[in-house]
Order: sequence, then structure tokens, then C-alpha cells
Amino acid sequence: MNSTSTMKTPMKRVRGLGSAHSGTEHFWRQRLTALANIPLTIGFLCVVYATLGKDADAARAVLARPFDAFIIGLFVISGVIHMKIGMQVIIEDYIHGEGSKIIALALNTLFSLAIGAACVFAVLKLTFGA
Amino acid sequence: MTEAKTRPLSPHLSIYKPTITMTMSIVHRITGMGLYAGTLLLAIWLIAAASGAAAFAPVQHFIASPFGRLILLGYTWAIIHHALGGMRHFIWDMGAGLGPERMMLARLTLIGSLVITVGLWVLGYAVR
Repeated sequence: MNSTSTMKTPMKRVRGLGSAHSGTEHFWRQRLTALANIPLTIGFLCVVYATLGKDADAARAVLARPFDAFIIGLFVISGVIHMKIGMQVIIEDYIHGEGSKIIALALNTLFSLAIGAACVFAVLKLTFGA
Repeated sequence: MTEAKTRPLSPHLSIYKPTITMTMSIVHRITGMGLYAGTLLLAIWLIAAASGAAAFAPVQHFIASPFGRLILLGYTWAIIHHALGGMRHFIWDMGAGLGPERMMLARLTLIGSLVITVGLWVLGYAVR
């Protein structure tokens, strides 16, 4: 590209961050978590299958097995990052008032964090015992 | 704001005749939002499990009820549909699937999600 055709400095162009100031970071992270979600969803389904038809104690024992807890933990972390970015896109698409948009974005972040923390805490407590 | 109301709008959803590709795109977003809300149930399930058998048993009982199963069935379909829609996005990301075959891909997303959901539930009843 001819540097005289743009007012961007070479450094600005190299960073390529554009109007969102974060470049393609969200796009890439959304794809990365989407890819991870495929095997993790299959793994999560396997854990759920293992709990079917069991009473509460036996089902808890399944969730407490280290590998099962590990799969659930990864599923939750990858899923929560994915859904947080996804909901952010929806908010940015449909909520146009600057104030309400910022509030919605903040609520989205807080909800995702709370869900992620609650699930990971629960899984750790299950697997480490109490 | 009265001035804003009188401005012309570019054509949007209500203007176009619905197509399968458009519908699958909308459904991808709706299932995504459904899964977002559904994480609340996942959190309740895990926290109840972590709290002990006394807290977990009623949650398991609710899930096993007809209404609980209905929610779980919807959740299964939503996650499978969203996953297949995501794979369609991966195909598009590679620059493929944007020609006339996009109609077939959209139909496959819907049919595939229904078939896999039924298959998963049949498997669920079989291993139970």
C-alpha cells in the first residue's frame, strides 16, 4: 500500500486495530472458543450421560471424578467467554443509546463472570471434596 | 427525537421475504441467546451438586420431570443447532460455501440439528 494514500502512520496500520480499538481480537477469540466448544460439548454430554439414571449421591460422585470435573471446568470457561462475546455483539447491534449500551455491556460482563465463577467454584468444590 | 423518526430507514428484516439462509442466521442468534440464559440452569445444577445430596436431589427430580425434560430437550436442540451453525461459519471463514450451496448448508443445519437431537435423546434413554 502506498503510504501517501492514507493519513495513517505505518505503526497505526501495522497494529490494525480500527475503530473498535481492539482489532480482530474478538473475532479470533470467538472462533477459538467456538472450535474448543465442539469437543468440550461432546465431553460435557458424556459426563451428563454418566449421571443419567443415578441417584443424587452417585451423580455427584460422577461430577467429582477428576477428569469429569476437568471437562466441565473447561466447557464452562470456553463457553462463558464465547457467550460473553456473542452477547456483546448482539448488544452492539441492537442497543444504540450510549448509556443503555454501556449498562448492557457491563451487565453482560458481570453475568458471564458470575456464571463462570459459580460453575468453576462448584466443580472445584465437588472434585476436591468438602 | 421527532426529527430522527422522520428519517428514511434502510430496508430491514420486515421488508424481505424470509429465506432459509436468513432464517438459519436468525435462529443461530436466538439459540445463542437461549444458551446464554441456559447457563443459569447449568450453574444451578452444579452449585446444587456441590452443596450436597440434599440440595442436588430436588434439582435432579425437577430435571427428570416432564417440564424439566422439555427444557433439556430444547437446550439439546439449541446447542446442537448453534454448533452446526458455527461449523457453517467456519466453512464461510475459509471462503467456501457462499455460492448456491449455501441453501443446502442452511437446510443441513436445521435437519442435522433435529436428527442429532433425536439421536442424543434415544442414546440417553438407552444408556440410562
